[in-house]
Amino acid sequence: MVKVNGTERDIAGKTILEFLAATEYDPKRIAVERNQDIVFKSQYGDTVLEDGDTLEIVSFVGGG
Amino acid sequence: MKNNDKLIIGGHEFQSRFILGSGKYSMKLIEAAIRDAGAEIITLAVRRANTKDQESILDHIPEGVTLLPNTSGARNAQEAVRIARLARELGCGNFIKVEIMRDTKYLLPDNQETIKATEILAKEGFVVMPYMYPDLNAARDMVNAGAATIMPLASPIGSNKGLATREFIQILIDEIDLPIIVDAGIGRPSQACEAMEMGAAAIMANTALATAGDLPLMAAAFRQAIEAGRKAYLSGLGRVLTRGASASDPLTGFLRD
Repeated sequence: MVKVNGTERDIAGKTILEFLAATEYDPKRIAVERNQDIVFKSQYGDTVLEDGDTLEIVSFVGGG
Repeated sequence: MKNNDKLIIGGHEFQSRFILGSGKYSMKLIEAAIRDAGAEIITLAVRRANTKDQESILDHIPEGVTLLPNTSGARNAQEAVRIARLARELGCGNFIKVEIMRDTKYLLPDNQETIKATEILAKEGFVVMPYMYPDLNAARDMVNAGAATIMPLASPIGSNKGLATREFIQILIDEIDLPIIVDAGIGRPSQACEAMEMGAAAIMANTALATAGDLPLMAAAFRQAIEAGRKAYLSGLGRVLTRGASASDPLTGFLRD
């Protein structure tokens, strides 16, 4: 299992690119962190998710 | 005055001295707020992403406006650095407002952790704008750590209580050779004007607008107040008498005797 923004998901073995393609995230408007390291957009296709990984997917929101 | 009186942050020039927050109001109002504020910098926060059926706030911010992400949510330097790096990876420049809070009741910034984060991020090439409690020693440490501006609070975030820290902000203005941007607690245009008269380089406001009756109208009011305060500062204020009075009218030619 891979924890994505706090929720466990059964996506181990997929690349980040494959995972994102199956979601509604807009790849232009997000940044991805895997186990607290940033994954650059150019690395999405080469980064295979492993069991126990933690992903954080963030975007900008209103704030002061 | 307008053409040569520029605010310079990290080598970037700005005409406007009003930094606008984007929190706590509809993103549909952002475009009008930016326009009526005349703002060239807007702050944003970084949070876990929603999926694409949600609108992006970026769709509402006109081109050419500089984005200033903050590190809100960070409780220490390490968390702030992490959020700053994610913000940069979001691809909208290298400005970052460092905001670190351990205190959840008064939301006061942790100056020590903020100095640490400022040093790390400045070395990584960020334009670092630390939000701080106005303390001269901490501000000097932030300068040495590579800060691009200093952002002292006027009163607790979101309180609209105005310049509670007035004397200490004045010390920063007088002693720190970086733009001093008063951030947090400014609730009315008159308070923004007063801070600008004191020599603040700019004002950051969010809640004052978000909780106002008519947000774009209040944005316009702040804009005028900030411009008025800046002009007064550049002019130099008139003196204050310790005692007595001084007539404004000629003391000759009275219709008597």
